[in-house]
Amino acid sequence: MALRGTCREVNDVAVIDFSGKITLGEGSAKLRKMIHETIESGHTKIVLNLEDVDYIDSSGIGELVGAYTTVRNASGELKLTNLTKRVRDILQITRLFTVFDVRPNEEDAVRSFR
Amino acid sequence: MTHASKNTKRLEVTLETQLESVDLAESIVKRVSEEAGFGEDEIHRLGMAVREGIVNAYNYGNCQDRSKKITMIVELEPERMLVHIVDQGCGFNLDDVPDPLAEENLLRTSGRGIFLMRAFMDEFIVQRAPHGGAHVVLAKNLPPVK
Repeated sequence: MALRGTCREVNDVAVIDFSGKITLGEGSAKLRKMIHETIESGHTKIVLNLEDVDYIDSSGIGELVGAYTTVRNASGELKLTNLTKRVRDILQITRLFTVFDVRPNEEDAVRSFR
Repeated sequence: MTHASKNTKRLEVTLETQLESVDLAESIVKRVSEEAGFGEDEIHRLGMAVREGIVNAYNYGNCQDRSKKITMIVELEPERMLVHIVDQGCGFNLDDVPDPLAEENLLRTSGRGIFLMRAFMDEFIVQRAPHGGAHVVLAKNLPPVK
């Protein structure tokens, strides 16, 4: 399933709900586009809800890393939440679990911003 | 699928150098993996490994040149499944591939494909194809027969 994303606000936090696959091509491009749009709209606190993302390849991982850097460079914070087992496993074996702030659920992610 | 030898089944596919070939190759391998008796998680990992191999052939081997082809050969031996991925590029040296787990590389946005292939397969070999391109061999031991 092609990647779909919708953005909503919870307090002053932008929560982007993704569903589908984050893979080379449309999926990766969609993620990149939504991150940029969210920052351009003035949000610096961003949560990516990946509950419905069951597939990510190395290109998708690259986009997540790119998103992390982009948000950080905009003096913002990016958090991930509701990882599926497959996404979690990939982030763990690539050591990116130590890079991202991964939260068990959306409430925890939103509450955790400084 | 043909029978390369008495005990080996062989499927050869010529793929176009285009993004659509990535999904196609992955779906072919997942289908063969399922027939070979792999479980759901292993099928997913096999599909991912092949995906990464085809992406590399598309991006780095053939440099997205649509005039070039990617050859994928799937072999089912009695005890293992092999996937060969051959591009028409210039080949590459594994020693030149940076370690994506190294601290200084963690924030790179690319460079994890080979690592993932190695992580998901039992064997990962890179050879030079006769015409100079890269020939990647991915091997996975078949599950025990129940």
